[in-house]
Parts: sequence; structure tokens; C-alpha cells
Amino acid sequence: MTATVRKNPVVESPPRPPRRRPLPSVPRRIAGLWPYLLVAPTVLGAAFLLAYPVLRNLLISFQYFGMRELIRGGAGFAGWDNYREILGDTEFWEVVRRTFVWTAVNVVLIMVLATLVALMLQRLGRRMRMLVMSGLVLAWATPHIAATTVFQWLFQSQMGVVNWVLVRIGFDSFEGYTWFAHGNSTFAILVVLVVWQSVPFAAITLHAALVTVPEEIYESARTEGASAARIFRSLTLPMLRPIFGLVLCLEVIWVFRCFAQIWAVSQGGPNGATTTLPVYAFQVAQSLHRYDLAAAASTITVLLLVTVLIAYFRQMYKQEAEL
Amino acid sequence: MSAATGTRPGRPHTLTGPGAAAAHGGTGRKAQAKRRHGRVRLRRRLRRLPLTVTALVVLLCSVFPVYWMVLTAFKPTGDIQSETPVFLPTSLTLEHFSTAVRADGFWIFWRNSLTVTLGGVLLALIVAVGAAFAVARMRWKGRRGFLLMVFIAQVAPWEAMLIPIYIISRDTGMLDRLSMLTLIYFMITLPFTIVTLRSFLTGIPVELEEAARVDGCTRAQAFRRVTFPLLAPGLLATSLFGFITAWNEFAFANMLIIKNQDDRTLPVWLSSFSNVFGTDWGATMAASTLFALPVLILFLVLQKRVATGMTGGAVKG
Repeated sequence: MTATVRKNPVVESPPRPPRRRPLPSVPRRIAGLWPYLLVAPTVLGAAFLLAYPVLRNLLISFQYFGMRELIRGGAGFAGWDNYREILGDTEFWEVVRRTFVWTAVNVVLIMVLATLVALMLQRLGRRMRMLVMSGLVLAWATPHIAATTVFQWLFQSQMGVVNWVLVRIGFDSFEGYTWFAHGNSTFAILVVLVVWQSVPFAAITLHAALVTVPEEIYESARTEGASAARIFRSLTLPMLRPIFGLVLCLEVIWVFRCFAQIWAVSQGGPNGATTTLPVYAFQVAQSLHRYDLAAAASTITVLLLVTVLIAYFRQMYKQEAEL
Repeated sequence: MSAATGTRPGRPHTLTGPGAAAAHGGTGRKAQAKRRHGRVRLRRRLRRLPLTVTALVVLLCSVFPVYWMVLTAFKPTGDIQSETPVFLPTSLTLEHFSTAVRADGFWIFWRNSLTVTLGGVLLALIVAVGAAFAVARMRWKGRRGFLLMVFIAQVAPWEAMLIPIYIISRDTGMLDRLSMLTLIYFMITLPFTIVTLRSFLTGIPVELEEAARVDGCTRAQAFRRVTFPLLAPGLLATSLFGFITAWNEFAFANMLIIKNQDDRTLPVWLSSFSNVFGTDWGATMAASTLFALPVLILFLVLQKRVATGMTGGAVKG
């Protein structure tokens, strides 16, 4: 065991005369075990609740696993059958396409709005900034499920305030419009909901990155005669890029795997118009009891996410230089 | 939505500059520069007006849904159902809250949510302190690998693991058990608790601990008496974020608690509000308010920490 106490890094590298320090009271051999004992619960937890489910999922995706196998056990090996079945299903490809559209629309809206809000926050006066930030935090803090009930209330056909406002400003066709009866409008509401919930985090994080640039640099750039566009391009953007990349990856991951909001609002309906991959996998398992197909869909979801994750980790390791 | 409240922007003092700029005369470069400066200032002030308007629109958009939820919860039914929405509170009632609270099993679900959340978060906290200490203060083989595992766990696609976890819980007899839910919430909150505590720990100088050990403390004593008190704010912050995550969790609570309806948690119950309250939006909003209340309070308490950038923690409420 090579474990030693990490002291001041400067002290550690050059061989120095031993400091006068009371010897560890525990025998060295046991002392070397300490870090492993400390991380053991985490490793065990991750093994049972992360690694095992992932592997089990992979296994099930290669088995015939329906209601009968769930109850009696003894699932047989299926080879690539499940993957063949699911990849040959046009509905699945429709779901994949929808998931990408869902992710793209949400993430683009989130990132654009969040960047604008962050830039705006930077220009606001102190008091106004605190006010807007409190509002953002409020939206961020609202629990997802509470937000879903509120949005269903806002978009109610008869007494909903959104329809009232729309009619008021001249869109008479929204009189009593039933948003949740149509695929596209349900999809749109879910986008609004997710964007509303996600912009605060992204905006506040981006703003935090923006304020790390000392005001003097902007000041001197301005006195040197740099235009606002130039300052944005040569100063703000490079400063923002690393954290922007991180937030972008996180938002892609979060939006892609979004389940709770969709399920609570529409359960993937109407007519499957809001069924994204996680919802699809859940439906296949829950109502068709085809756990094998659902597992295959989940595996594909994970594989798709891994590409994003790799980008995320590369970005993060650049940030965490001292790892 | 911007027509919703009467607050129109318009800060009168933003429009003061024109006279001041014109008053400066004179030739010479200095005066010219001055005049240019005055013009710039005027232009900047004029430019602040759209900025202020935008800020108010952003504020309105982010606050309105929450405002509407709370307002609806307090409004008398007549106001809720009126043809023209009532935007400002005229008369308030607690009737919807009493309907929500008296709904079947409300307090049981509330208690379930609290048990599961607190259990998961406390467990994560205890385990994370140890792991964060090992990572931040000790050198050992596999440290980097462990950290990578934690980072991966932090962004694990939990939604994609619903089915295997359902099957595993079934196999191990953990289905319909709140303890399984507690374990899952423990695992969901653990990674970012470790990451955040680790960064808090690296912020506390090791020298403090070393000094205590030179003075004769054992390692455990040094940690308990010196580092731990300094870590307390970090512990508080991370546990509150953990609380929020677990309190909100829906997918697993929805999947794993099936037969025993009394073991449901608040989010699952609330998601099926139309079965409980029908079209009684006042009661639905009251229940939503009660559900959101602890989280909103925690966030307001935490706001400073949130605003100064939880960039490392990657936390989503």
C-alpha cells in the first residue's frame, strides 16, 4: 500500500529531512488501508445501484424477457433478436427522430436565452440584477412536478390564463383552445416548460463565468477603441467558451433523458406525439411488458448519451487541471 | 404574459442627459473628447431603457408561473372560474389548502417523501464525507480512477436504468419498499455531494490539520476538531441540494411503488392530481404550493450560494 498523507505538495516532492511529527498511532499497514475503507461504501453503492443495473440491462437486452420471465425467471438467450426487432420498427425510428428534435429545440432555446440573460445580467445595476436573479432562482427552485401542474393550469382551455391573454391580444382562434388535445401544442408546452426550468441554471452559471473577467480588462479594451462587437468576439466569447461547453453538454444530457415532466403532463401522448426515448422504453416495459425490448431501447439511449458524455468529460478535464 | 401585471418600466432619471451634454462648448481636443464622452454617456443611458424593459420581462416570465400558482391557491373559487382572470389578490381564502390537506393520505405521502428524502440525503452525507476526505487529503492508488467513477456517476442516465432497477428490486424483494427508494436517492445524490465536499475540503488549508497533529491530536481528532467545523457550511449547502433533488424525484418513485398506494411519495401523488381533485384547480395549486414550499424556502436561504455559481456541483433543482 503506497498511501501516504497528502501534505503540502511542495513538501512532498523533494526529499526533505523528516519533519518532527508524531508517528501515526495506527500501524502503517492499516493506515494504508484507510482511504480504501473510506471510499468502500461509495464503491459498493455504485456497484450495486449503477454498474449492476447497467450490466443487467445489457444482459436483459440479449434475452427473451417478458411477463412470464419476470415472474418465473429462466429467461432464454436471444442473441441480437431484440435489437433486430427494435431497429426494424419504424415507430422506434420515429421516436429517435423525435428525441433528437426535442433535444435540439430545447437545448438551442435554452443556450440562446441563457446567454442573452447572462449578458443582460452583467449589464444591469446591482439592485436590478439581484431582483432578476431572485426571480430566476425561484423558477429554478420550483419542483418539476409542481411546475407541470402549474403549466397545465396556465394552458387550461377554459379558465387558463394563456388562452385569455392570446384572445385579448387578438388571436381569437385560441378561444377555448385545448392545448393538450393536439400533439404539436402539447410538444410546444413541454418545450416551454423545460426551457423555463432550465434557463435559470444555465444563465446563472454563464453569468458567474462572465463576472470572472475583471472589469478593468473591458475598460481598457474600450479605451483602446474596441467596438462592442469586437469586445464580445475577442473577450467575452473566449472567456465563456469552456463553461459554455460544460453547460451545453449538461443541458443536452438533461433534456435528452427528460422523463418526469413528459410523463406527468402527457404520458407520451397524445398519439405518441411527445414520446421520446426514455418515455418509449418505459411504455414498452410498463404496458407491453416487453422488458427485453425496453432494455434494448435503454441500451441504445445510453450509447447515444455516451458520445455527449465523452465531450463533457474532455471539457471538464480541461477545467479540472488539478485532478 | 407581459400584460399580466400592471408594472410598466420607466425609470425617469434614465432620460436626463441631453442638456448636460450640450452645455459643454469650446474647441480643442479636450473639449471634443469631453463632448464625445457626454454623448457616449447619453447613448448609454438611452440604451439602458430597453435593457431595463428586457430585465423586467425576464423577471416576469420567470416569476409569473410561481406567482400564479400561489395566487390561485389563495383565490376564492369564484375568482378562479371568472371569465376574466383576476391578477391581483382581492379576497383570500384558505379553503383550497384545507381541501388539499384533507385529501386522502396527504400527510402520509408528505411523511413518506420526508422519510425517503432525509434518509437518502443523510446517508449520502455520511458516506460522502469519508470519500471526499480520502480524495482530497490522501494519496492512494486508484484515486484518479475513483474520481472518474464519481464524475461518471454524477451524470449517469438514471432514466435509462428504470427497467433494470425495477427488475432488480423485484428479484431482491425490494419492490414497493420505501427503503429501496431511500437507497436510490442516496446513490443519486452521493456523487455531487462528494464532488462538492471535495472542493470545499481543498479550500481548507491542510496546514491547519497538520498544526493540530503537531500539537498532539490524532488524525481523526484533527479532522473532527479542526476541519469538520470549517466544513459545516459546505455540508449544509450540499445536503440542501441533495434534499431538493430527492424531494423532486419522480421517475423511480413512480416505477417502484406500485401495489402499496400508501407508500407513494408526494410527487407521484401530485402528478395524478386530476384523479384526486378533478378540475378543482384551487386545491391542485394549493397542493402544488405545499409541495414546493420546502424547496422554495431552502432555495431562498441558499440563494447567495446559488448565485455565486455552483458551477462545479452541476446541480439542477
